[in-house]
Amino acid sequence: MTVYDLLKENDMCRYYAIDGAQGISPDTSFYQGKYDYLDLLEVGQKMISFTDGQLTAIEWYLPKMHCSSCIWLLEHLYRLDPAIRSSMVNFPEKKVRITFDSQKLKLSDIATLLTRIGYEPYLSMDDLDGQKTGKWNRTRLYKIGIAGFAFGNIMMLSFPEYFHLGQNTSDQNLRLLFGALNLLLSLPVLIYCAADFYRSAWTALRGRYLNIDAPIALALSCVFLISVYQLVTQTGPGYLDSFAGAVFFMLIGRYFQDKTYAGVSFDRDYKSYFPVAVSLIEGESEARKPITDLKKGDRMLVRNEELIPADGVLQSPVALIDYSFVSGESQPVERKKGDTIYAGGKQKGTSIELEVLREVSQSYLTQLWNNDAFAREKDDANPTLAARINRYFSLAVLGVATVTFLIWFLVMKNHETAFLAFATTLLVACPCALVLSSTFTNGNLLSVFSKNRFYPKNAQSIERLAHIDTVVFDKTGTITLPDDAEITFHGIALQHDELVIIKTLVSQSSHPLSRLISRHLSEIPISRRILTGFSETAGKGMLAAWGNREVRIGSAEWTGTSKAVSGEQSLSRVFVSIDGIVVGYYTIRSKYRPELPKTVAELQKAGIGTYLLSGDKSTDADLLSPLFGERSRLHFNQNPQDKLDFIKNLQQEGRRVLMVGDGLNDAGALRQSDVGLAVSDDINNFSPSCDAIIEGSQLSLLPGYMRLARSGQRIIRQSFAISLIYNIGGLAFAVSGSLSPVMAAILMPVSSITIVAFTTLASKVAATKLIKN
Amino acid sequence: MSALYLLIIASLVVALGFLGAFIWSVRKGHYDDDYTPSVRILLDDAETSPKV
Repeated sequence: MTVYDLLKENDMCRYYAIDGAQGISPDTSFYQGKYDYLDLLEVGQKMISFTDGQLTAIEWYLPKMHCSSCIWLLEHLYRLDPAIRSSMVNFPEKKVRITFDSQKLKLSDIATLLTRIGYEPYLSMDDLDGQKTGKWNRTRLYKIGIAGFAFGNIMMLSFPEYFHLGQNTSDQNLRLLFGALNLLLSLPVLIYCAADFYRSAWTALRGRYLNIDAPIALALSCVFLISVYQLVTQTGPGYLDSFAGAVFFMLIGRYFQDKTYAGVSFDRDYKSYFPVAVSLIEGESEARKPITDLKKGDRMLVRNEELIPADGVLQSPVALIDYSFVSGESQPVERKKGDTIYAGGKQKGTSIELEVLREVSQSYLTQLWNNDAFAREKDDANPTLAARINRYFSLAVLGVATVTFLIWFLVMKNHETAFLAFATTLLVACPCALVLSSTFTNGNLLSVFSKNRFYPKNAQSIERLAHIDTVVFDKTGTITLPDDAEITFHGIALQHDELVIIKTLVSQSSHPLSRLISRHLSEIPISRRILTGFSETAGKGMLAAWGNREVRIGSAEWTGTSKAVSGEQSLSRVFVSIDGIVVGYYTIRSKYRPELPKTVAELQKAGIGTYLLSGDKSTDADLLSPLFGERSRLHFNQNPQDKLDFIKNLQQEGRRVLMVGDGLNDAGALRQSDVGLAVSDDINNFSPSCDAIIEGSQLSLLPGYMRLARSGQRIIRQSFAISLIYNIGGLAFAVSGSLSPVMAAILMPVSSITIVAFTTLASKVAATKLIKN
Repeated sequence: MSALYLLIIASLVVALGFLGAFIWSVRKGHYDDDYTPSVRILLDDAETSPKV
């Protein structure tokens, strides 16, 4: 039943009238019983978010949600099944919350219904492990609300001080009350709202490095302590308004930064790729079991297009395994009964039976995650430019302030000026300006990048991108187009009716090569004629009778040719024979992204070393070597561990490496590299753990992105210079004790505003200059 | 001047009231999704499709 029939039957054709409705086709790999495992008690309970025995609520992630008509359709699920009470969409998070009657409807029914209308729910092992996505943004909003409340009220209570009102003695009581109220209002800001800064700074300090939050925490504590000191000794009004304001604005900045990235996930491990459950054969019957419960010796059934979750021994006669996900090998390989099949492969064709050899967590593929590269936190090792400068800056300021204090206190014997000079020195030289410069520059770059569909994980990734001097490309899926190939026919010229025969036959098969040929022959109509004696042998080819002609399409051996074929041996070939005579063969060559030569040339011109790593056979080596300079820069037949080691070797030579990859086979290399860039043709798809995600079509802009990252570093340095001028000027006055704290408090925001304005303008200019669309 | 004390207490109470309202709304999930409701309101709910 098609989606249209389903909607028509339920009077829901309005779906097609909604502006921008773009129908999606349901997943063809669906089969009856796919979601039966959801009805298992231990799986089901982890999938639901609420139940009272009858009414049950689930919140599922539907990655295929894409337009406003999706919202309409998904919120009218109750029309498709009356047992569904209500459904509510959260479009930005691509989630739907469905409330249903669990007496009348099973979880598997809902999953099936969603799949039938084209929104296959994404159910992963992460859900099973009980990792519920917390309501992080609510906590953020509480903090912003409270900080804003405190900021506004403190500012109101500070107004008399701003305008030097109430200087007469009768107002002293009011002044005292205002001070006390300000202190009271700033306490929740210090304890609750700013807690994240202190926590992150403390973690960094314990790990013996300085992160961006350490100077912020230091500055916040300084301002707060000085304010408390002034209020208690009644020497001044304090700077609690600046304190609350700074926390408020910084929280807002982070909230928007996190929001932009809510939909993009960077830290996925193998669990995200694996199915939640697998079919087991127990005696005669078939049962579904969560893959975490898979034991050695279990017999599992893997269907067409399903991922093999654990290493196993093949029990069926033959299997055709697509390892492109794990090894980068673009063509499926044939395996025979008794062969060991590693986890991560996808079965193409008929269902196969496997005996489990190792549990999921000990499989060959998952071993990769035990590599040291995954235990290491990249950001800790390389503090950012701002953090490096800040470290010296904070120390220098503290030193200058202490020396000033000691000189005034001990040498000049002027105690009051000593405290004043100490406070103003810290305030005027507050590293806030420095923090702001890198935060704002990187923040602007992040938004420019994400507009161009390039998503760096964080500011540190941008800074590391600026220092890259070597780029390593993966081949399959990265620089080749995933669903396209160059197909040429070699042999005698085919007549139209012969092409019809070929097209009709290949349309019967789900083999990737057949599908490519079918697409290649898109002009040719499919005959209505019923094929007699059609049979397909996995890994070999197809056989059918066309009238009285026998047609075979498949491997050389299948079509019975023994003739040696000249040319590259590594190319995929599909032979066609009619009545036992081989009429010719198709060669299938992966198609490269058209802009690839230009991109690589541009990188080389910028003095960046380029390499190619591929898990594939050395197909196209001749084609690619002029592109990458020399043959030695191309490495074929690399397994995931080889790739990781290759990157490591380059790093030991002192290179800073950017790895561009896509599948799981690159996960180790992406993690080991200084910047791991995952290519994805659909951002909502799942990409391996990486530092940045790029849309495939944008790969040609990579040199531009790298130039922009580098000019970002220049902008940060320039803004440091600007704030240094302010600081030196202010410090000169502060050290001499002739700067009033009020002046210091005014100078601080002025310098901050200058820097924010400068970085914003400079990064916008750089972005328009370096990234041309 | 004593009127000021009253005014300040009143203003703080009002401000706290709004803060409370904000926290309540966040708690109720009003800010969990700031896009979908803007689309939902434009989609007709009860639809009587013309019979063909």
